[in-house]
Amino acid sequence: MFEKSIYILTFLILVFSCKKNNSKTVAKEITAVNSYTYKELKPLLERSDGKTYVVNFWATWCGPCVKELPAFEKLGKEYSDKNVEVLLVSLDFPKQVEKRLIPFINRKKIESKVILLDDVNEDYWIKAIDSNWTGAIPATLIYNSSKRKFYEQSFDYELLENELKTFLKS
Amino acid sequence: MMKTLKIILLLTVVTISTAFSLKTDKGYKVGDTIENFTLKNVDDKMVSLSDYKEVKGFIIVFTCNMCPYSVANEDRIIALDMKYKKLGYPVIAINPNDPRASKGDGFEDMKVRAAEKKFTFPYLFDEGQKVYPKFGATRTPHVYVVSKPNMKVEYIGAIDNSSKNPNKVTEKYTEDVVDALLAGKKPKKTETRAIGCSIKTL
Repeated sequence: MFEKSIYILTFLILVFSCKKNNSKTVAKEITAVNSYTYKELKPLLERSDGKTYVVNFWATWCGPCVKELPAFEKLGKEYSDKNVEVLLVSLDFPKQVEKRLIPFINRKKIESKVILLDDVNEDYWIKAIDSNWTGAIPATLIYNSSKRKFYEQSFDYELLENELKTFLKS
Repeated sequence: MMKTLKIILLLTVVTISTAFSLKTDKGYKVGDTIENFTLKNVDDKMVSLSDYKEVKGFIIVFTCNMCPYSVANEDRIIALDMKYKKLGYPVIAINPNDPRASKGDGFEDMKVRAAEKKFTFPYLFDEGQKVYPKFGATRTPHVYVVSKPNMKVEYIGAIDNSSKNPNKVTEKYTEDVVDALLAGKKPKKTETRAIGCSIKTL
């Protein structure tokens, strides 16, 4: 009886783990990216829920952005259990979302959440996101309820992790 | 031990203060006087601002071949030159990118692009990336309107309020500035921002 239940249990585990894997691969292929105006994005830049958010502004056409993406992906994975969340805000041209952005995300197997910021009033929201941001990308915002810092620069993993650590200490 | 600590402390202070001064002193601000510069144009001739004796000022645009935001603004840069060169404000375009860091932004590539698009203005190569840091330009496209005779920076920013889509423009920042200057008035908006590509250097 005991042996039988072990078999059933193993079988069930196998079935479920397979199923989980399957659904994961399906979920990875995205077919749409949600588009936000600045007004819609703003709440995501000022959450106060105990988490630390790493928000990267990028685009598929931006060479240095594409180059630094793996660092953000790695950070998101390594710190996922440490109350850290990575959000990738794409500034791709809206008409290239289907042709470039979505295939890019699937091809590179990007796991961080990607959203599109499409808001014509750049002069307003660039200053609103950070008064020192001139509008060049890549740019990154790291914040939590007690600290907030904006970086108009490129990162490698080490640099990014070091910056993140200054947010996690307190 | 104390001494080492003191040195470390001092070094930290120095590092932090230089980091800050680097951050805040980046290039010309509105109201500053700019230095003359001499750069090579796509026709292989050298161009200096001081060569322009008859003009009232300049629309200096940092731009390049490869940045989609620059490309999206090329026709608008040409239109600016067409409209304002005859009124005394010619466009001077400068590619600030180091071609080693941005493939396709080399001097030969610039010649090709200028010919393709029939640029009506000089398209200068910032060889060695020496001029753009003086301006504090950070992205392409990045516009500086400068007035003579004092070579004063009147405006820093975007061409208009819809960099991605020319059909959605509702405010032409650069034109408004030059129109004001031509009318002998003070420009209303002297600084605006837009998304652009970071300037590429090694």
